[in-house]
Amino acid sequence: MEKSKLIEMYKTMQLIRLIEQRINDEYKYDEIKTPIHLSIGQEAVAAGVCIHLRKDDYIFGTHRSHAQYIAKGGDIKKMIAELYLRKTGCARGRGGSMHLVDPDVGILGSSAIVGGSIPLGTGTALASKLMNNDRVTVVFFGDGAVDEGTFHESLNFAALKKLPVVYVCENNFYAINSHQLSRQVGDNIYKWAQNYGMPGFRIDGNDVLEVSDYAQKAISRCRRGEGPTFLECLTYRWKGHIGTVDDVGDGYRPREEYDYWVSKCPIKWFSEFLKDTGVLTDEHIKNIDQEIYDLIDEAFNYAQNSPKPSPDELLNFVYAD
Amino acid sequence: MPWTTVQVEKLDNFFIKGDSTGDRVLTYRDALHEAFDQSMERDTKVFIMGEGVDDIAGVFGTTKGLKEKYGSNRVFDTPIAENSLTGIAAGAAMAGLRPVFIHARMDFLLLSLDQLVNHASKWCYMFGGKVKVPLVVRTISARGWGSGAQHSQCIQGMLMNVPGLKIVAPATPYDAKGLMVSAIIDNNPVLFVEHRWLHKTTGNVPKEMYSIPIGKGVIRREGEDITIVAVSYMLVEALKAAEKLQESGISAEIVDLRTLKPFDEEILLESVAKTGRLLIADTGCKTGSVASEIAAFAAEKAFHLLKKPVKRVCCPDTPTPTSDVLEKAFYPGDEHIFNVAMNLVKK
Repeated sequence: MEKSKLIEMYKTMQLIRLIEQRINDEYKYDEIKTPIHLSIGQEAVAAGVCIHLRKDDYIFGTHRSHAQYIAKGGDIKKMIAELYLRKTGCARGRGGSMHLVDPDVGILGSSAIVGGSIPLGTGTALASKLMNNDRVTVVFFGDGAVDEGTFHESLNFAALKKLPVVYVCENNFYAINSHQLSRQVGDNIYKWAQNYGMPGFRIDGNDVLEVSDYAQKAISRCRRGEGPTFLECLTYRWKGHIGTVDDVGDGYRPREEYDYWVSKCPIKWFSEFLKDTGVLTDEHIKNIDQEIYDLIDEAFNYAQNSPKPSPDELLNFVYAD
Repeated sequence: MPWTTVQVEKLDNFFIKGDSTGDRVLTYRDALHEAFDQSMERDTKVFIMGEGVDDIAGVFGTTKGLKEKYGSNRVFDTPIAENSLTGIAAGAAMAGLRPVFIHARMDFLLLSLDQLVNHASKWCYMFGGKVKVPLVVRTISARGWGSGAQHSQCIQGMLMNVPGLKIVAPATPYDAKGLMVSAIIDNNPVLFVEHRWLHKTTGNVPKEMYSIPIGKGVIRREGEDITIVAVSYMLVEALKAAEKLQESGISAEIVDLRTLKPFDEEILLESVAKTGRLLIADTGCKTGSVASEIAAFAAEKAFHLLKKPVKRVCCPDTPTPTSDVLEKAFYPGDEHIFNVAMNLVKK
């Protein structure tokens, strides 16, 4: 992989991490009046996949979609303004954290209904096929979405029609507090996909190089018109399901499990890899991080100083013109 | 032959007069077929999907031969996965296509409510108008021949409660064609409510392509004594009832809203201002029906115009029975409308 792309992936992961940490820090002031679902710990999946997408490719996400939005190149100022529910937000204050959108870079929205965006992404892939273009769709969802009928119905259809869609399951093992094994007989989600008639792989979702490698192959396969691929990326969210709470110990997730995954931090590992291989130095990393901090400051300032929607706009956008 | 076809073939050939000035006569079914044909010819973004749309029967003849004409990329069969297929159609719409997704029974629509209600209908608002969902969902309700509780429902009333969804329910061949053209052109999800018993209805339909504005009703028959608002197939029953009322010296005005959401408030107010009496005939069950919504509207906006309480003629709040005897008791018809109307105009 070219050096520039390696650096780009680092930047993306670090941007996701630092934005989410800032959201985490600001949340207590009650100005971000929308439920938030943080992806801290899961950054490598979005970064490793989206590095191979073009601007005109589509992605769909879930309630936990900050990472994908950032990785696909969604406008950061409009994202933060949306979290602050301002008129300048990407969804004009109608969506909030769970409904980020930026059609200019192929982000057509995300659904807060578990499994809800899987058919939608299958549909944009159908459109690519019917319009005979090579735009690829990636649908991101969690292990909880695999419980839903939409997962099974959509994968069957995508395989049947050989649609250019990559299904990326960020398996963080938990649907709120319910462990995967309390919801499913086995722990081999990717095998379901195989049985629907598409290549399915289970990979280390904290290893951005592995994610990138599999995603590149899957996306190329789509562009060649050979149909969908399924990637089950094993990863872990550091924060609780929602908000800024921690859900470790005291009957929640086991402390040892959490510690293990924190020790497998995708960013720490990758930045060390980049230093060991001479791609980046400490000085480089410091500069990159400073640029990111500046960008985040700018976005939060923009959001906090943006106007809120006025009540007389309430009925706008129920219907499109 | 499917049982609904057996049933429909037994019906009288009901002719709707005065819809257009031409003398070309088509059935409702063929008018729909023409709407698809002309829409697909006009815009390559239009495609049709659903269970059996490309088979020999072609959804009661409404899509017959279109696959041969436009290819299997634009007219194709789907798995029986109503919910995801609705979402898939919505996704294709977000990417710029204009899908028409078909449920051969309205009952099956209930399986798709997550994608229709939670997703397609909310998408425009939820994303501040940045993404449009120009989707048509076509549903066909059936009646009779023991269709039973799961093959006969008319749930349009339930769906009036969904912001962002438009609902049209044309009752004549002219409207079927014009409103299908409009539904396809519209940039929002449109639920297109058909009734199997209307498919054989005939009327004047111009050959050229035309559209009917969504949200505009029409007076089917002018009258002075009572306003009868008839939804979908109930228009046929209402027109029959109006003939009988005429024989009894009562002049009924028949309003066909054509669009159920957003409905034409003005035409209702004008008619009620004239007659002072309102009867609403709906194909669905009574509670929470289209009739309920129109009655509530009348109570809010036309109370001062009403001389008598509003009456609803709907199916009772029971699942549809299968026995032919019970079916007969379940469905209101022209007699029922006639009797309720007579009571309303009685001094």
